[in-house]
Amino acid sequence: MNKIQNKLSENKRLLSIYFTAGYPKLDDTVEILQELEKSGVDLVEIGLPFSDPLADGPTIQASSQEALKNGMTTDLLFQQLKDVRATVSIPLILMGYFNPVLQFGVENFCKKCAEVGIDGLILPDLPLAEYEEHYAEIFKKYELINIFLITPQTSEERIRQIDSASEGFIYMVSSASVTGSSDGFGEEQENYFERIASMKLNSPLIVGFGISDSKSFQQATKNTNGAIIGSAFIKMLSEKGLGGITSFISSIIRV
Amino acid sequence: MNYNVNEKGYYGEFGGAYIPEMLYPNVEELRQNYLKVMAEESFQKEFHELLKDYVGRPTPLYFAKRLSEKYNTKIYLKREDLCHTGAHKVNNTIGQILMAKRLGKTRIIAETGAGQHGVATATVCALMGLECIVFMGEVDIKRQAPNVARMKMLGAKVVPATSGSKTLKDATNEAIRDWINNPVDTHYIIGSVVGPHPYPDMVARFQSVISEEIKTQLKEKEGRENPDFVVACVGGGSNAAGAFYHYLETPEVGIIAVEAAGKGIDSGESAATSALGKVGIIHGSKTLLMQTADGQITEPHSISAGLDYPGVGPMHASLFASGRGEFISITDDEAMEAGLELCKLEGIIPAIESSHALAIFETRKFKKDDVIVVNLSGRGDKDLDTYIKHFNL
Repeated sequence: MNKIQNKLSENKRLLSIYFTAGYPKLDDTVEILQELEKSGVDLVEIGLPFSDPLADGPTIQASSQEALKNGMTTDLLFQQLKDVRATVSIPLILMGYFNPVLQFGVENFCKKCAEVGIDGLILPDLPLAEYEEHYAEIFKKYELINIFLITPQTSEERIRQIDSASEGFIYMVSSASVTGSSDGFGEEQENYFERIASMKLNSPLIVGFGISDSKSFQQATKNTNGAIIGSAFIKMLSEKGLGGITSFISSIIRV
Repeated sequence: MNYNVNEKGYYGEFGGAYIPEMLYPNVEELRQNYLKVMAEESFQKEFHELLKDYVGRPTPLYFAKRLSEKYNTKIYLKREDLCHTGAHKVNNTIGQILMAKRLGKTRIIAETGAGQHGVATATVCALMGLECIVFMGEVDIKRQAPNVARMKMLGAKVVPATSGSKTLKDATNEAIRDWINNPVDTHYIIGSVVGPHPYPDMVARFQSVISEEIKTQLKEKEGRENPDFVVACVGGGSNAAGAFYHYLETPEVGIIAVEAAGKGIDSGESAATSALGKVGIIHGSKTLLMQTADGQITEPHSISAGLDYPGVGPMHASLFASGRGEFISITDDEAMEAGLELCKLEGIIPAIESSHALAIFETRKFKKDDVIVVNLSGRGDKDLDTYIKHFNL
């Protein structure tokens, strides 16, 4: 069983952290992963920086630009991750935009992912139909789980379609927004979380976008299986560096 | 071979809709409705009335006698520069604002580089009384002050794009992000034949009035609908798509697309996408784009803001890849000289974008009795500053 599926079967509220590879410093990737695992994070999304991140707000845009300026490339990220499985055992997901993957070669990219121990991919601008027609077989060959997104505007019919195409979890975008742009959830989001939960989908749901602290984490995971923090974690990294990771994570998952 | 879009939104291997799920409902709504809405009689009637009475169509097809004499061939100019707001851009914004209204949208967003598309969008929003927000790179806002003022006078809000290189590519990113944040009431009027399907096809159809008119007008003047060549400049490629549209499947009409070489193709400061680009994804479309080996999108350069885009519409990528189109690139200097030449020979001050198309006659030779239609996409008023600096006027 894939590490993601294993983790999802633990039946707890999962905390996932997103960070941009190559930020704050080019070589921080593996140390951040080690710190996250030690702090009790359940899974991690490693962001492959892109020059034009359409679905991201200012925080992740800035970290992506900085990471590229630092010299991060797809090749380099795979080099950095070469021995990551010697020290990190939680599920690892690569998240990025499709163009860098296309240039690397989709098959080559998937092969490298499998070699270094990546368990899944999130490519927001690779649509379901294109994935199924052209790439699903390659992903399967390398035992990579592809994660799809849904939003409050996604129709029920399409959610069902995405559910049946999903082998891991569904990435549930909390509100109509780019990353990092909401503070806390209102009634509208709570209703949406409940509505989707009541659909009794096969796939577990993990909420992303707009989660920044313990309160929003609790709200987001009341009716779902977990939540993802990205921009707030990156902001913390910019302010406190890697030394701030442990206390940030414990501030979210303290009981 | 078919050079038009297929039912999946592809021109050959180019096109598609590579968009994040957040945009899916909007783009899908448009995809399901655009052809149906455009086919409605009431839509066609309103569209054509506005093109006639508001835009000033049909624009003339003008035989450029002195230019033709100089290059020893027959050159016609399709005078899109005489459109209301000064360029062909308004053909598309009229079409899209009518589309937006029929889809029940109340808020309009747009991206703009030099400001021509921004002005054309602000214009139709004023005409229809809809809220208008235009995203424009911070750098472009500084260098295109008159167009910023125009948009403001027309009631639009101009929002600076401060990410990345702060130019057209980044303004487009910001407009897409705004659409993600406002998925229900907002329509995004893309200004060129770029973006996810159905935008390239929809914009091409709205601009296709250009070649539709050329056919009728050339028939009157030359006794035939088909010229030997149609020439147009290509940034994203909307004026070219309009000028080529009704000739795509007519192989005896040569199609010439003119790109901006900037300071030269090998200078590192160029926007000649067919020469420098590779297949990739930009703004939701699979097409040719300028990028690093690692797949990061690079910054183009052209003296003309309208051609300063690192990609090209999927229709043009396909015309290039299939060999149906002949692609020529023209440097900043060559374009400026050609622009000045048109002023002196014909009394027409062209936009620098259009000057690129005019510049091919120095190097690309034609037969004496060849009939060539050059799409004069816009007028040069907006470029006076650049002309003044370049020629120390």
